[in-house]
Amino acid sequence: MNFAELSVAVPEIFLACSAMFLLILGAYRSGKTTGLVSGLSIVALGGVSLLVLFDVAPSGRGFGGLFIVDGFSTFLKLIILIAAAVGLVMTTRFIRREGMDRFEIPILMLLATLGMMIMVSANDLMTLYIGLELQSLALYVIAAVRRETLKSTEAGLKYFLLGALSSGLLLYGSSLVYGFSGATDFDAIASMVSGEEKLAPGLVLGLVFVIAAVSFKISAVPFHMWTPDVYEGAPTPITAFFASAPKVAAMGLLVRVLVEPFGGVVDQWQQIIVFVSIASMALGALGAMMQKNIKRMMAYSSIGHVGYLLVGVSAGSVAGVEAVVVYLTIYIFMNMGVFSCILSMRQQGEMLDSIHDLKGLSKTNPAMALAFVLFMFSMAGVPPLAGFFGKFMVFAAAIDAGLYGLAVIGVLTSVIAAFYYLRLIKIMYFDDPVAAMDKNGGEIRTVILVSSLFVVFYALFATPLVNGASQVAAALFVAG
Amino acid sequence: MLIDYLLSVVTFTPLLGAAVILFVRGDEAVVARNARAVALFVSTAVFLLSLVLWFNFDKSSADFQFMERSAWIPSLGLTYSLGVDGISVLFVLLATFLTPICILSSFGAVEKRVKEYMIAFLVLETMMIGMFAALDIVLFYIFFEAVLIPMFLIIGVWGGTRRVYAAFKMFLYTFAGSVLMLLAILAMIFDAGTTEIPNLLTHAFGGDMQFWLWLAFFASFAVKLPMWPVHTWLPDAHVEAPTAGSVILAGVLLKMGAYGFLRFSVPMLPEATSYFTPLVFALSVVAIVYASLVALVQDDMKKLIAYSSVAHMGYVSIGIFTLTQQGIEGAIYQMLAHGIISGALFLCVGVVYDRMHTREMSRYGGVADRMPHYAFAFMVFMMASVGLPGTAGFVGEFLVLVGVFQVNTIVALLAASAMVLGAAYMLWLYRKVIFSALSSTEVKKLDDLSWREKVIFAPLLLLTIWMGVYPVSFLSFMSPSVEKLIANYHTALAKSLIVPIFAQLLGQ
Repeated sequence: MNFAELSVAVPEIFLACSAMFLLILGAYRSGKTTGLVSGLSIVALGGVSLLVLFDVAPSGRGFGGLFIVDGFSTFLKLIILIAAAVGLVMTTRFIRREGMDRFEIPILMLLATLGMMIMVSANDLMTLYIGLELQSLALYVIAAVRRETLKSTEAGLKYFLLGALSSGLLLYGSSLVYGFSGATDFDAIASMVSGEEKLAPGLVLGLVFVIAAVSFKISAVPFHMWTPDVYEGAPTPITAFFASAPKVAAMGLLVRVLVEPFGGVVDQWQQIIVFVSIASMALGALGAMMQKNIKRMMAYSSIGHVGYLLVGVSAGSVAGVEAVVVYLTIYIFMNMGVFSCILSMRQQGEMLDSIHDLKGLSKTNPAMALAFVLFMFSMAGVPPLAGFFGKFMVFAAAIDAGLYGLAVIGVLTSVIAAFYYLRLIKIMYFDDPVAAMDKNGGEIRTVILVSSLFVVFYALFATPLVNGASQVAAALFVAG
Repeated sequence: MLIDYLLSVVTFTPLLGAAVILFVRGDEAVVARNARAVALFVSTAVFLLSLVLWFNFDKSSADFQFMERSAWIPSLGLTYSLGVDGISVLFVLLATFLTPICILSSFGAVEKRVKEYMIAFLVLETMMIGMFAALDIVLFYIFFEAVLIPMFLIIGVWGGTRRVYAAFKMFLYTFAGSVLMLLAILAMIFDAGTTEIPNLLTHAFGGDMQFWLWLAFFASFAVKLPMWPVHTWLPDAHVEAPTAGSVILAGVLLKMGAYGFLRFSVPMLPEATSYFTPLVFALSVVAIVYASLVALVQDDMKKLIAYSSVAHMGYVSIGIFTLTQQGIEGAIYQMLAHGIISGALFLCVGVVYDRMHTREMSRYGGVADRMPHYAFAFMVFMMASVGLPGTAGFVGEFLVLVGVFQVNTIVALLAASAMVLGAAYMLWLYRKVIFSALSSTEVKKLDDLSWREKVIFAPLLLLTIWMGVYPVSFLSFMSPSVEKLIANYHTALAKSLIVPIFAQLLGQ
């Protein structure tokens, strides 16, 4: 171990130190510190982004191959950091207003972000576990942060119990993989399995366990059960955070595990991913239809989106990974926009979460309704909005990989899913208004504006993102 | 200079107008007035600009003209390329011609949320023009699908009592069809290695693949056309949509399906086209006869015209799949004529609907006494819809029947029989509404066409007669392109061994 190796993880180390420092600051400074800590947390995330962006760390491996920095991890870290920073921005005013003014919340979000950054940089089953656990433990606490309400407590507890189960699965799977391949290091596993006609049954079993555990984190069917409850129970900005950054991290992790150590044996895991993908798309579409609570609806929507992301993963090709990266980026922006809109659903200081509270929004608040509608059409995948291009790329990857059945089922579920997105549009535009919403804070309006501009103008400025994604994806395959 | 980018300018000027309207502020009446003015001005300007296409189009050439091409998302191979040939140029003109008329017609009819309404129409215009002008298959798809967004809102926000049902039905039917087309498009891109339509037109797709691609395209275009049995969204959408929405729907959006057949299914997948022709004939004949019979029993005027649209579009699909010069030219002509005539008929319904707020024929009667000018306009359009010689409707139907008679006499016989039915339901409609005894007190209070309404009907009347009396000025645009289409089709078919194999496989 030397300093050269440490330098790979400079952004992570910086973030960890910032979190520690803020914890001490919050604990020792008297009076209200939440605002200060939140502000400094956002600054810290900005600093980390700069460190990631300007490549302080030479790309390569560190900590004896446990940790890897490459284009893929850099790209995803940036998305995670953006999502986390926006999450923090959304949280700050909310926790003050709702009387849950605790400085631990931003710090826990920082720690969760740290865990996510480690996840996407993991090059070893052990690093993977450490990152995942750090992220999860922080998130369990945040989910239950409103301990005086039944729903939040329930959400936290449910998330914790099922999360602990999935951690167990992950450990069990990892140990099987280790037992049958003799290594936890991704590179070593890769060289071990490549060229194998048929994987050892134990190795396949281990892989299935690992996939199951990660499926839990990305809330893919059949490990999705916690999602609607946690989304509903957790405070809205926390839900927004849950729905964005951790998804990116876990999806990145899944891609890395499948493509790097097991990239040579795509046919061994493809059918599992195809199944999970179809199940997620179908359940996401059907489940969302009956929901009256908008947060539950968005939970099912996110399950559906994970299904589409998995379509890209299941292709197991450069085009597939490229599609996943682009889709994730688009998804984050849409998601931030939608949750900002949900966060604006307030009447006389009271938070609302029934979809019927949006009735006639186009008359009472035309700007927000327009943005909301754009997000809905985008999520449904209607061109020329951003969401279409994400779907376009994942289905292109699937067709290229010869997964025609998956593609056909995928597009048909997107038609079913369009129904509930349209239902929201119907409520906002076709129905008569009930009462006007309270005025939004400036930061929420900014998030809505930026996300809606992204969604609308993506088609014009897609080239840099797509180029970046294709380099990132290619890099992953060269490395692996 | 301008002419190099003419298509882009024509396509995106309405969007610019929509952006301008978006930023109109003030109290409601002022906003409404300004939005109307801007929308009318922009759409008229776009129409005048598009006339440059009409005058500068080289009618002797079958190639794409006014081409524009630049890279769009290079790493996905997508290009931004536009261009029109003899088939699409007239549809671009149809769209730019009908939009200002629609906007003008809604001046009195739409009172609430005028700003959003005008924005929706201008966005819709961009999408329609872009769809006919796109020469990149993905760009085409984007415009094709994006049409749904404004149309969904137009029906849902400004529609009638069952507008929600109609809007959802229209959106989901069309969306379900087109996502399958998206997969076919992706498969074509990977097979041919290009997204540009001119290159795809020269690529020969494998026989087995053609079969599936054709079906996927058919799923989309048949819904859009609409073909029996997936036509049911159309009567609902028409009935519930506001008048201008119906005009655009019948006038332009229905043409998108047939345009798709002409642009993709027939030239790119000739073997599958030849194989599936009997299917198309069968469905179209059913559509013509069945829709005509259904139209006979309607009491709702809009529903009657909607079913007549289904029947008329049946002629179009038959004409295209005859793959004869007359048939295809007749189909295109029929589409243009139907765009004008059915648009005008919906406007006619709109005129009395605005006054009496009902579309039930039984509530009217004797309108001719109160509204002679209106009765005259209605009569011309009604006769044109029936296919009276000397009006636009005759030329298309006649050419289609000439075409199909060379290919299949039974289909020709059945299709021609529906012309009688067409005359029956249209005359029935006219008799019940315009003639018969003037008994209703409401009808007695009706006023004749206003100045604004006359301005709306005048160009439509003129065009209906012009297209009926001197069709050459329109046919001359399309002839070379149609000739090329048919020649390519027969060359491709001559080279192919696939058709007999399909026939064997399916036990013929």
